[in-house]
Amino acid sequence: MSDQRESLVHVRGLRKSYGDFEAVRGIDLDVWRGEAFGFLGPNGAGKSSTMRMIGAVSPVSGGTLKILGLDPAADGPAIRARLGVCPQDDTLDTELTVRENLTIYGRYFGLSRAECRERADELLEFVALTEKAKVKVDELSGGMKRRLTIARSLVSKPDLLLLDEPTTGLDPQARHLLWDKLFRLKQAGVTLIITTHYMDEAEQLCDRLVVMDGGLIAAEGSPADLIRDYSTREVTELRFGPDVMLADHDALAGKVEDLAQRIEVLPDRLLLYTDDGEHAVAQVHERGLQPAAVLVRRSTLEDVFLRLTGRTLVD
Amino acid sequence: MATIAARVVPVPVRLGGGRHIVERNFLLYRRSWVVFLSGFFEPVFYLLSIGIGVAHLVGDFTLSDGTKIAYAAFVAPAMLASSAMNGAIFDSTYNIFFRMKYAKLYDSMLATPLRPWDVATGEVTWALLRGAIYSAMFIVVMLIMGLISSWWALLALPASVLIGFAFAGAGMALTTFMRSWQDFEFVQLAIMPMFLFSATFYPVETYPGAIRWLVEITPLYQGVVLERAFSTGNVGWFLLIHALYLAAMGTLGMYVASRRLGKLLLK
Amino acid sequence: MALAVENGRRMFDYWLTVYKRTWKGTMISSFLLPMLYLAAMGIGLGSFVDSNGTGALGGVSYLQFIAPGLLASTALQIAVGEATYPVMSGLKWQKFYHSMIATPLRPADVVYGQLGFIAFRVFTSCAVFLVIITLFGGLKSPLGVLGLPVALLVGMAVAGPIAAYATILDNDSGFAMVFRFGVVPAFLFSGAFFPVSQLPDWIEWLAYVSPLWHAVDLSRNLSLGTVNPLLALGNLAYLLTWFLVGTWLAVRGFTKKLIG
Repeated sequence: MSDQRESLVHVRGLRKSYGDFEAVRGIDLDVWRGEAFGFLGPNGAGKSSTMRMIGAVSPVSGGTLKILGLDPAADGPAIRARLGVCPQDDTLDTELTVRENLTIYGRYFGLSRAECRERADELLEFVALTEKAKVKVDELSGGMKRRLTIARSLVSKPDLLLLDEPTTGLDPQARHLLWDKLFRLKQAGVTLIITTHYMDEAEQLCDRLVVMDGGLIAAEGSPADLIRDYSTREVTELRFGPDVMLADHDALAGKVEDLAQRIEVLPDRLLLYTDDGEHAVAQVHERGLQPAAVLVRRSTLEDVFLRLTGRTLVD
Repeated sequence: MATIAARVVPVPVRLGGGRHIVERNFLLYRRSWVVFLSGFFEPVFYLLSIGIGVAHLVGDFTLSDGTKIAYAAFVAPAMLASSAMNGAIFDSTYNIFFRMKYAKLYDSMLATPLRPWDVATGEVTWALLRGAIYSAMFIVVMLIMGLISSWWALLALPASVLIGFAFAGAGMALTTFMRSWQDFEFVQLAIMPMFLFSATFYPVETYPGAIRWLVEITPLYQGVVLERAFSTGNVGWFLLIHALYLAAMGTLGMYVASRRLGKLLLK
Repeated sequence: MALAVENGRRMFDYWLTVYKRTWKGTMISSFLLPMLYLAAMGIGLGSFVDSNGTGALGGVSYLQFIAPGLLASTALQIAVGEATYPVMSGLKWQKFYHSMIATPLRPADVVYGQLGFIAFRVFTSCAVFLVIITLFGGLKSPLGVLGLPVALLVGMAVAGPIAAYATILDNDSGFAMVFRFGVVPAFLFSGAFFPVSQLPDWIEWLAYVSPLWHAVDLSRNLSLGTVNPLLALGNLAYLLTWFLVGTWLAVRGFTKKLIG
């Protein structure tokens, strides 16, 4: 198949090691112009290392990496001139005001002062911080700082915007406001690369995503593809009340095993992965089991994620 | 649309990105100019304390070439050199360490087209500009107090910028090796003895052989010799050796600093 | 009162625990730097002063003239250092004061504990410095060891007001001002290096306002055996007033900041 799409980030066999530790262990991917691409994975999966390499601030340890058609080892500054980066921790200039953060950042890109001022005012409007223009960064709330960091990453009108966990630590209102802004950017044609460990965020924002685990890509596709490939259409959740112990759950799971393609035993409930949830519920009752509560829902990315990366904490 | 035009024409990657870092620091100090100006007073206080008080107790000095010099005129150029050192060290150690480790300022700068070299040159240029302003004011105070006796004193300002360059470069290079604030005690450990013993308060001839030799190889001593020569007019070609020493120290420091910054921040 | 002492002691325990980890880092500024000053000024420059004639100093060697003053100046610098950045850290950066008053401790206890620790730092540092001074021959008479309680007193006299000042600052740039326009001029013009009578009249009067001059004057007179009882009482009363008013200000400032 000949590909008409333009690859902004071209990755083959990419590796990154810090001393003996291999954070990224050989990944392949392409990010096409105009799409929103997501890296999903638990902490320590290698997402941030990959992002730093794509940001041309971290030398690759092995494999091929082309960003906007350029080699980061040779053309770092030229690549960074066309990127917008929103790092995981806000690295705002706390000694300056909100507006100065934008204007001076534009100057780092070599924009003229007039251009910087104009961009700063536009962007403050865009992220709803115009009223805070003269305030010191320290006085902003977490959500405001995040919005300012995103505004800052847009000062240079980037072709490609890198967002490393853009909404981690924000309250629900702030998250929705940010998603709204990011969606508008995407509509305006900006290519987005996002890392997250929030499934709802990935489903909301990403056209296509990869699930990373242990420095490798565990799966790739659109949210719908991934759900289809790695989960069932529906999930039936059975709760048996507070008196039923985990050991009893194992026994109960044995009785309904054949009703689902896959079963997850949790301390408080059983998850039956099946394409027809209601049918499974009927069968469960037919076998004389009496769950205290039953819920049939659609599969989400969370189900995919937990299937691929497991439930064990990997800190 | 302008947006599209800006996307098609990539942002030009210009040389000398360091000037934007100077601009950033200027922006910062424009708001706290009182703090900025206050930096000028410390060396002046020292000069007044010595000029009014201690000079009275010491009387005049006779230099090695036989000329008599008032004690205040002897100490003033040394204060000028010391304050150039102190200012440069403060800017290139504490300030840079804070910006690197806590404010993560350089992480965000390096996400732009700026390179580690730009960061190093930008910060050092700023330190030198600031130092030059303090030095110029100090030289005026010396002039008013009658502590300058030669037109060669016109070179006192460039000399203090050179001293600043040497210490800013070296300070920045050392800062890239620091692990915590506690390591800065070692900076103090190097700076204070130099301030007290580098022929600042009395002639180097006071020291016996080995100690004198030790004093003569310290970087501040080079600066003190330069400044004292210019303010008294006792100049000679030998000054070039002292100037070269400082220039080499600064250049080496800058080179190491920008390499180490790259290693630390781009990993 | 008993409660304040007990609670203050708990706070002091906190600081001591921290200091067990960080004391090495303070060695250079607490002991080495004053010692270098003593060597450079007292011995190096002193040789020139002594050969020029020490009539203005009342006939004593320059080393013996400056040593008691350096002791008092060291106390002042340590006290100010401990009452600035660590206090702001407790209030703003690490906010450990806030976690302290979430326990039965009251703001006043936090202040007493903090001041108690500053007293400990000033006393131990100055005690070591005093031994060094004695070894250098910097004391003229054994009474000079009374310079140690005087040093402690001047440390405490400035610790309170400075800690109170720290509570009203937004950021640490105000401390640069304290050092540049408070500590440094006090160090240079409070008579440690030359008699303040050499200063122009109006600066001389400023020196008398500075608590450091009172400490320098008292501990020098003790060492040189030139104590005038009335003047000495005046010195003590002045320093004590600073200490009491300063502590009161600090308690007020902490209370306002922590629960106000």
